[in-house]
Amino acid sequence: MPLPQAFFALIRRDLVLALRRRSEMINPLLFFILVITLFPLGIGAQPQLLKAIAPGIIWVSALLAAMLSLDSLFRSDFDDGSLEQILLSSHPASVLVLGKVIAHWLVTGLPLLIVAPLLAVFLGLPGHSVGILLLTLLLGTPVLSLIGAIGVALTVGLRRGGMILSLLVLPLYVPVLIFAGNAVEMAGTGLPVDAQINILISILLMALVLAPWPTAAALKMSIN
Amino acid sequence: MLLIPDSVVRFFHRMASPPHFYAFTERLMPWLTVIFLLLTAAGLYGGLYLAPPDYQQGDSYRIIYIHVPSAWMSLFIYVVMAIAGAIGLIWRIKLAEIVAISSAPVGAGFTFIALVTGSLWGKPMWGAWWVWDARLTSELILLFLYLGVIGLYGAIDDKRVASKAVAILALVGVVNIPIIHYSVEWWNTLHQGPTVTKMDKPSIHVSMLIPLLLMALSFKLYYLIAMLQRARTELLMRERNSQWVRTMVLENEQ
Repeated sequence: MPLPQAFFALIRRDLVLALRRRSEMINPLLFFILVITLFPLGIGAQPQLLKAIAPGIIWVSALLAAMLSLDSLFRSDFDDGSLEQILLSSHPASVLVLGKVIAHWLVTGLPLLIVAPLLAVFLGLPGHSVGILLLTLLLGTPVLSLIGAIGVALTVGLRRGGMILSLLVLPLYVPVLIFAGNAVEMAGTGLPVDAQINILISILLMALVLAPWPTAAALKMSIN
Repeated sequence: MLLIPDSVVRFFHRMASPPHFYAFTERLMPWLTVIFLLLTAAGLYGGLYLAPPDYQQGDSYRIIYIHVPSAWMSLFIYVVMAIAGAIGLIWRIKLAEIVAISSAPVGAGFTFIALVTGSLWGKPMWGAWWVWDARLTSELILLFLYLGVIGLYGAIDDKRVASKAVAILALVGVVNIPIIHYSVEWWNTLHQGPTVTKMDKPSIHVSMLIPLLLMALSFKLYYLIAMLQRARTELLMRERNSQWVRTMVLENEQ
């Protein structure tokens, strides 16, 4: 099988598997909605305050939801041995890993984009910022999946990998959080956000090119 | 390879052998300790007695003799760790792996010291123990990166595998550190600008600069001592079943 065909076959397989096990798709989404619901309950329902911190709330919740969903990225393939088969194939492991990450983002990242506008309206974010919020989520959540994949690949062989995963991954999420949160906040005050969006694009491109390498290396180490 | 003298190549080849490394560092240790003590004494004397008080900050600026070298070391050690990890990954040199993981706790310690001394200085200067300033925040994130490395190493039982995992993580971290640093810098800044590393003339008086550089050197030596001590015990742990450790232990018992 040539490489592009193998790449798309892998994405297709992962999407079919995800459709058969819908809880993996739904759980991060429900978590995202729940966490955002908790904020007004915790800090009080003053519309001005909520509006001011809405970009931060939505982005931090997206970060946590993305991190929680990471475990399903390689877990079942690791348990049933198909991960070994993928790494043993004659194709470069980094490209196949990228296929798995893309499938994972389509299943767990994209749904966040669909519910985010609704939650943004709940929190009182003005209409113009909602568009920017969607744009930052579209550019930012794939980065979360790509960087997160490195962390899961390092910990997939461990029995108690969950806690350590957050310690590995969350510090690396900081730049995305800063630029995305700031872009939405600036958009709310009517300032231009081109710089932040451009930086997010460059972070995404860099993550697309660089992140699959350490992920593949870490997976080879983990199945050792 | 042609550019490197033969004796240097031979030195590195011999350092990659565990028994040789163990014996060599044992002989090195007293020298390192003496130089470290001399440098620290000179640096502290220069910094705390000879250097004049600052015209604005009075005597409280003197914490920089601990704070600034620690902050430098925190970054320096992370880079050393990543380089040692890469050497371990590429050439499968056991000792490079050990140097990488032995560096992590020392680096985390320096990061912690930089944070604590910064906070102590910040209370009288800024009126708060902690402000969400750019360099403080990126130093805090650096501490988390160190803790991640230490945690990951502890979580994997097979130490050869753990070393590889740590090396990959350190390399990912080293690519990310500048990105994190500049994003945090861009996010917010309150910290006083760099005064020593300016390319032109440093904006610090020479009587304050010399003790600072002495302290920076002394901290480098401290790192070397602490890291080598950790590396030696780690080496003994890993090689506990090998012949040279057995002979050495038996010789020591007699």
